[in-house]
Amino acid sequence: MRYLPLTEADRRAMLDVIGAKSVDDLFRDVPPSARLAGPLPLPSHQGEMEVERAFTRMAGKNLSAGCAPFFIGAGVYRHHVPAAVDQLLLRGEFLTAYTPYQPEVSQGTLQMLFEFQSQVATITGMDVANASMYDGATACAEAAIMACRITKRNRVIVSGGVHPHYAETLETSLRFTEMEADVLPPDPLGMEDMIGRVDSKTACVVVQNPGFFGTVRDLRPLAALCHEAGALLVVMVAEPTSLGLIESPGAMGADIVVCEGQSLGMGLNFGGPGLGLFATRDKYVRQMPGRLVGQTADVDGRRGWVLTLSTREQHIRREKATSNICTNSGLCALAFSIHLTMLGGTGFGRLAELNHLAATRLEQKLRAVKGLRVLPQSYYNEFAVHLGDDADAAAVVDALADKGILAGVPASRFYPTWPELKPVLILAATETNTEDDMDRLVAGLQEVL
Amino acid sequence: MAEINTISGNRALQIEEKLIFELGNPGSVAVDLPEPAPFDLERLGDAPRRGRVALPDLSEPQVVRHYTRLSQKNYGIDTGFYPLGSCTMKHNPRLSEKVARLPGLADLHPLQPQKTVQGALEVIDTLAHWLKALTGMPAVAMSPAAGAHGEWCGLMAIRSAHEDKGEGHRKRVLVPESAHGTNPASAAMCGYTVDPIPALENGRVDLAALKAKLGPDVACLMLTNPNTCGLFETEIVEIAAAVHGAGAYFYCDGANFNAIVGRVKIADLGIDAMHINLHKTFATPHGGGGPGAGPTVLSAALAAFVPVPYVVHGASGLELVEGKRDGAKPFGRVKGFHGQFGVFVRALAYIQSMGSDGLRQASSDAVLNANYLLASLKDELSASFDGPCMHEALFDDRFLKDTGVTTLDFAKAMIDEGYHPMTMYFPLVVHGALLMEPTETESKDTLDQFIAVVKGLAAKAKAGGVEDFKAAPRLTPRRRLDETLAARSPVLRWKTAAE
Repeated sequence: MRYLPLTEADRRAMLDVIGAKSVDDLFRDVPPSARLAGPLPLPSHQGEMEVERAFTRMAGKNLSAGCAPFFIGAGVYRHHVPAAVDQLLLRGEFLTAYTPYQPEVSQGTLQMLFEFQSQVATITGMDVANASMYDGATACAEAAIMACRITKRNRVIVSGGVHPHYAETLETSLRFTEMEADVLPPDPLGMEDMIGRVDSKTACVVVQNPGFFGTVRDLRPLAALCHEAGALLVVMVAEPTSLGLIESPGAMGADIVVCEGQSLGMGLNFGGPGLGLFATRDKYVRQMPGRLVGQTADVDGRRGWVLTLSTREQHIRREKATSNICTNSGLCALAFSIHLTMLGGTGFGRLAELNHLAATRLEQKLRAVKGLRVLPQSYYNEFAVHLGDDADAAAVVDALADKGILAGVPASRFYPTWPELKPVLILAATETNTEDDMDRLVAGLQEVL
Repeated sequence: MAEINTISGNRALQIEEKLIFELGNPGSVAVDLPEPAPFDLERLGDAPRRGRVALPDLSEPQVVRHYTRLSQKNYGIDTGFYPLGSCTMKHNPRLSEKVARLPGLADLHPLQPQKTVQGALEVIDTLAHWLKALTGMPAVAMSPAAGAHGEWCGLMAIRSAHEDKGEGHRKRVLVPESAHGTNPASAAMCGYTVDPIPALENGRVDLAALKAKLGPDVACLMLTNPNTCGLFETEIVEIAAAVHGAGAYFYCDGANFNAIVGRVKIADLGIDAMHINLHKTFATPHGGGGPGAGPTVLSAALAAFVPVPYVVHGASGLELVEGKRDGAKPFGRVKGFHGQFGVFVRALAYIQSMGSDGLRQASSDAVLNANYLLASLKDELSASFDGPCMHEALFDDRFLKDTGVTTLDFAKAMIDEGYHPMTMYFPLVVHGALLMEPTETESKDTLDQFIAVVKGLAAKAKAGGVEDFKAAPRLTPRRRLDETLAARSPVLRWKTAAE
């Protein structure tokens, strides 16, 4: 048991100091009926080599993205993460620190989070961002709750272009509250009428850009209408690299912007942990959930950073807190921030261009597949395609997986009760896709369709 | 020590580090990306971004040096002893980091066809099996992202169960005054009202007061066990019986599960739901504030309400259930995708390394270390309660009476001695609390050195060394930062001089 430093001699010496006969004595407050006499019938300890072998075996049962032409997005995107990101993350002083409660010995984490907040506010076009939340889905739910708090209204309209996991998480979060969610049907063509639904009871409209099926839209008309009706516009961004090429939600009039930050720095990790980004206008900062780092000075007048505005938080306001969130995703925020720092303004724009270019090239190549049509009029690095009226996208994906091709996500995985979505497949392309990957996908589709 | 001022503001290894926005040159690049071929924007829609995003441009060496320098301004468990009570700062095995980076586990998309991710589903299923076996509970919700998220998940299951039985009128939740602040906040998010219950002189819940508060409108009791005073709730079985007798459920905040793993079966205590902070009990690096994971184990009464997704054994292998299924009544979905998979891998690697025997030894050693601190320091510091304690030892500020030194001053002085301070001013039930959690991965030697330092500081305070305490810390990159200023005029992001 290599992680436990105490020897039997240590334990005896310590028990003597305590004045206890045995360690069991120290558990005497546990009711006898609940005490376990010995280890449970579960495997006993294993050496490093054995554990590594077990995990290598489990890893070997998976088809990893790097081993296949890979076109899956739908809320988690595969981008190249520069080697320096992970090397820096592994520095023990970042990796093994806790929440920066003692600012004098946490200036590294605090400065990084201040930079992260600044970066997130910049790319989203907002005034202020928090120090991160669990993931995009939970951040989206928190945004809706915050909008209800600000407007003192309780109806949330959720676009059919919002990722279904975000919509489900939001609905679950509101389920036992006074607030209610009006989730629109899936919207593969990006044609839904959001504007017609906004009324005097609407706290906010939640819209995703680019949408779940790929559609990119100008949100300015929707923002104007929301504001006219006294409602807020919440914009969800599932693919933050898109902000290098698309007008920022802030510039289009959003009041709250939430994102899933996984795209930068973090890799796929089977979808978790993610990174929730959360940004808003200055006037709403005290209504914002989550942790915040602020600039201040120390007793010698030097610039430094501390956690701040904690009067909104659960440990002070308890049941009146703006949210029950107590942590942030510090290490994920660090990964995101390092990657974005490496890209810089120049690289961020270029990465976005390469992504869009990859998707347009994929669209061109897909024209060779008979009966296939691309659904959205406008897209960034992902779009839904219709494979033909009789096609079953799930079966197509399954058949292509057997050929070693990971070909997007069938819409039916999210919308099993919508027959018209059975032929719809959602495909993403990023800077990681080669021409050869695309040719193999096209050839594969031609074979199985 | 004479004050030495340098021209740069640097002090040898303590380097002043600018913000990234104050570094770099436009046109520098730390990532090699090909120049995109010319293309038109016809497929991009009607809102292309105008101009470049205003982020600084740096080269790779600048980036590496920046973050390396920032890291040097942090204290982590790798740096030294971190007795932060209620937070469980134990050694982070590097094996967990290594296996979490295996491409066959890290480079997997959550929406790949399930037959291509059987190994990943095995990780989730195996971890779920351990969590159920270690607690004796029949079901577990794997997806909550953190402890507080797990609390909320458990409460959602409880509310769903009451509604299912036609008892949706139960909307009052009993929460001890000493509870974590997330408890009442989670209850409020679930549409509940919170009714506090007091503690006894001995730091435990007042059973009589609890019984008096129980009634037909009570949904559940939320209790932390071991509690935030570091004590086991001795009457927990009676508490559970009273709660169940009133038709309510028993939620346990499992943040302190690491004290009792392998020594106590949660199911035998009458608990209906409990979240497990994987990062505390089974070790995942805290990363400056997360990510964590908070799976929630559930009793038979709540098992049907486990949120989606979950893994089941199907005809063709492991299956991920993402929607409705016969017999199940999931209350919904709590986050995107399938939970904190990267944390699952790390936790499972730790669990398999320790095994059932090692986990029991770990909780034993955690409790032994805490009691050793308590016994060694109780004459110099004021212990709030008699022992035995569980995995953390609670002191209060009575020993500082009339010295002019506060708990905060005492903590800041520990920083100059090379230690991360203990938790201060929590739990709120004692005045000027100092909560110390040594954890099982500290050696006796480390504890002896720490004890000597704390005794020394206590003696210094009692001897009238108040000025030194008020000036502490003196050796850190920054000293006593002004938190009031930060809150009064918030500066939450970098702005150019023009802004």
